[in-house]
Amino acid sequence: MSQVATSRRRVGFIAGFLVLPLALYLTFVIWPYVQTFGYSFTNWSGQSPTFGFVGLDNYTALMKDEVFLGALWHNLLLLLFVPALTILLALFFAFMVNVGGRSGAGGVRGVRGSAFYKIVYFFPQVLSLAILAVLFGAVYRSDEGGLLNGFLIRLGLVDPAHPVEWLNEPDLVLWCLLLVVVWHGVGFYLVLFSAAMQSIPKDIYEAALLDGAGRAQTFVKVTLPLLWDSVQTSAVYLGIAAMDMFVLVSTMTSGQFGGGPDHHSEVMATVLMRNFLYFGKSGYACAMGVVMLVLTMILSLVTLRATRRERIEF
Amino acid sequence: MGSTGEGLGRRDLIKRSAALGLITVPTMSFLSACASGGEDGSTKGPDKAPVTKENPFGVAKGGKLDVVVFKGGFGDDYAKAWEAAFDKKWGTTSSHLGTQEITGKLQTRFNGGTPPDVVDDSGAQKIKLDVLAKGGQLADLAPVLDAPSLDDPSKKVRDTLIAGTVEQGMQGGKFVALNYVYTVFGFWYSGKLFKEKGWTAPKTWDEFLDVCKKAKDAGLGGLAHQGKYPYYINVVIMDLIAKKGGLEAMKAIDNLEPNAFEGSAAALAAIEAVYEVVEKDLLMPGTNGLTHTESQTAWNQYKAAFIPSGSWLENEQLKQTPGDFDMQFLPVPPLADSKLSFEAIRAGAGEPFIVPEKAANKAGGLEFVRSMLSREWSTLFAQQANSLTVVKDGVDPNVKLRPGTQSAVTALKAAGDNTFNFLYPDWYSAMDTEIQDASNELMAKRIQPKEWIKRAQAAVDKAAKDPSAKNNHRS
Repeated sequence: MSQVATSRRRVGFIAGFLVLPLALYLTFVIWPYVQTFGYSFTNWSGQSPTFGFVGLDNYTALMKDEVFLGALWHNLLLLLFVPALTILLALFFAFMVNVGGRSGAGGVRGVRGSAFYKIVYFFPQVLSLAILAVLFGAVYRSDEGGLLNGFLIRLGLVDPAHPVEWLNEPDLVLWCLLLVVVWHGVGFYLVLFSAAMQSIPKDIYEAALLDGAGRAQTFVKVTLPLLWDSVQTSAVYLGIAAMDMFVLVSTMTSGQFGGGPDHHSEVMATVLMRNFLYFGKSGYACAMGVVMLVLTMILSLVTLRATRRERIEF
Repeated sequence: MGSTGEGLGRRDLIKRSAALGLITVPTMSFLSACASGGEDGSTKGPDKAPVTKENPFGVAKGGKLDVVVFKGGFGDDYAKAWEAAFDKKWGTTSSHLGTQEITGKLQTRFNGGTPPDVVDDSGAQKIKLDVLAKGGQLADLAPVLDAPSLDDPSKKVRDTLIAGTVEQGMQGGKFVALNYVYTVFGFWYSGKLFKEKGWTAPKTWDEFLDVCKKAKDAGLGGLAHQGKYPYYINVVIMDLIAKKGGLEAMKAIDNLEPNAFEGSAAALAAIEAVYEVVEKDLLMPGTNGLTHTESQTAWNQYKAAFIPSGSWLENEQLKQTPGDFDMQFLPVPPLADSKLSFEAIRAGAGEPFIVPEKAANKAGGLEFVRSMLSREWSTLFAQQANSLTVVKDGVDPNVKLRPGTQSAVTALKAAGDNTFNFLYPDWYSAMDTEIQDASNELMAKRIQPKEWIKRAQAAVDKAAKDPSAKNNHRS
């Protein structure tokens, strides 16, 4: 048998395996994208198979839509803070539970009780976002029945006649939501970073210890560089979560699909859904979807590029 | 050993493609929702029977009927009872779906051209009627109105309905939605609490503020409202406008006139009156951030004197209401020199039932709607869902009503023909949402009445520019 024939056969063999998944992928992933792109040039209402072609009208309207631009700004704010806060906290905790402790004999281990902390930190990850929304809804509740308000009123810090309306305060709402995301995410990244830290050979730490490095130095000079790959991946992951935020915002804040008060917690996904399902402007919403897709892709590429470092292998 | 590969290493490639794959996750769910089916082919209905007086739409015996109802505060037992009655009469096989996710379950069916035969399009996830109507998805229900009534064949169905029902179901000049449940809107209070404290139900806005003040002195809130859903406080605002300025002021808003809010003395007086509640600190603490169930339950626990809502409130709060609460309805008390009286109330039909234009058994759907307007089915509804229907005297007098519903019926009788109803929330979703946002800001004391007027007028002007605004007009 000639070589060409063999390789042809091999190609056929591999293709045979790939045809079905590829067809599924094309039908359920690529085709909707293409359709969305197409719809974004129409005035489709979303409830009817008929629509007219409007060219770039949706995109030009989008550039002037203050609500959407505001939502974009909020997404960017979240993009800045969600990954930074989550990763910093997760790194700190992971370091503490893995190598932060000091034992007499120069060993490398976590602080006392770290096995227990690891489990506790992971708890929030077990909860779905929907449960989280209900849970924090009770925390942020705007009368004295709310956990935070009840606590602050007991302490005498808040007037019971004027409790803090956490999710109804324009200046607070976004930060309240940010806190929920970070609270939810830290546990997972702690476990991720823990796993990465445990694969770092102990002798590196021991060498650093012998050289007289303190905790902070050990972290900055040894741990962080060796974890860089994980941190980078986490940043991309969290960045994408920050670009989404739909579930929390839509269930916890006021307004049709959330975003209230007065658009102060609006994210792109909530504006999209409101236009898509409530205002009957589905073509316009599809244009938003395309913009979201493009932005998220750009951001992911930029994150991967900007954080590229020399890899240290061990 | 420190090294990094030139170009694209294998690990890099995998990592990157994984990252790109992740991107698709959040965006995907929206994008795939955008995908609609292709154009529909011609819908094939069952064979039609000849049209007779007893069978005005030509329903064929046998066949299928596909019913989808919103399973909310009224449950869906009433619909099952109807379907059983329908099947018995016409020999059909009904399929029943009671759900809260009307949009989720039906959007693809509307897009694909295979909608059900009858839909109760209600609840938070209803498909907006203006959207469906614009897409040509709704059958004209006028033939039902002109068909003979099942109770008295000498009468048309049209003549057995409470006034306003037909107007409420119009979209673009066509009667497309039968709003079946008759609802009154206003304030609600506890008869027990008022008796205990020696308060009397207010008849003017000043008296209303007085009771709120007394409540505050007694350590309760005056007015509670469902702050997370400004829809409710808008009922109060709009009713004050309609009462102060008369029906003309109401129609100016529905007809998107350039002076609907700006330059309207009635609108300014109304919004200033509502703002007085905020300014004098008469709101229940925290009410601005509460959901409807949270604030209504607090009100049920005697934490506030009044709450605004429609007459579904009693059914909705059934479990939270103390047995001796004695729920009472109060029309929104008017401002001084109002054109409409205290007794005038916003009353309207809700819970829209529609027949899709492309329904497979459209005749069956129409016949179903006609049957709903018979006394037999109307009584079935009142028994199962504890609410009134739009059929005049449609409930057997032997059905005993709860105190809240009873007080609503009394108020309705006192109002007589003195009822009104706004149509803009059904006609202009975006405008409604924008006014709600402004009201939320006002109640939180972040904007002043003048700013509210400006924002409300801006919402009206924006809606007026929408090409579909031409289709809606009330006179």
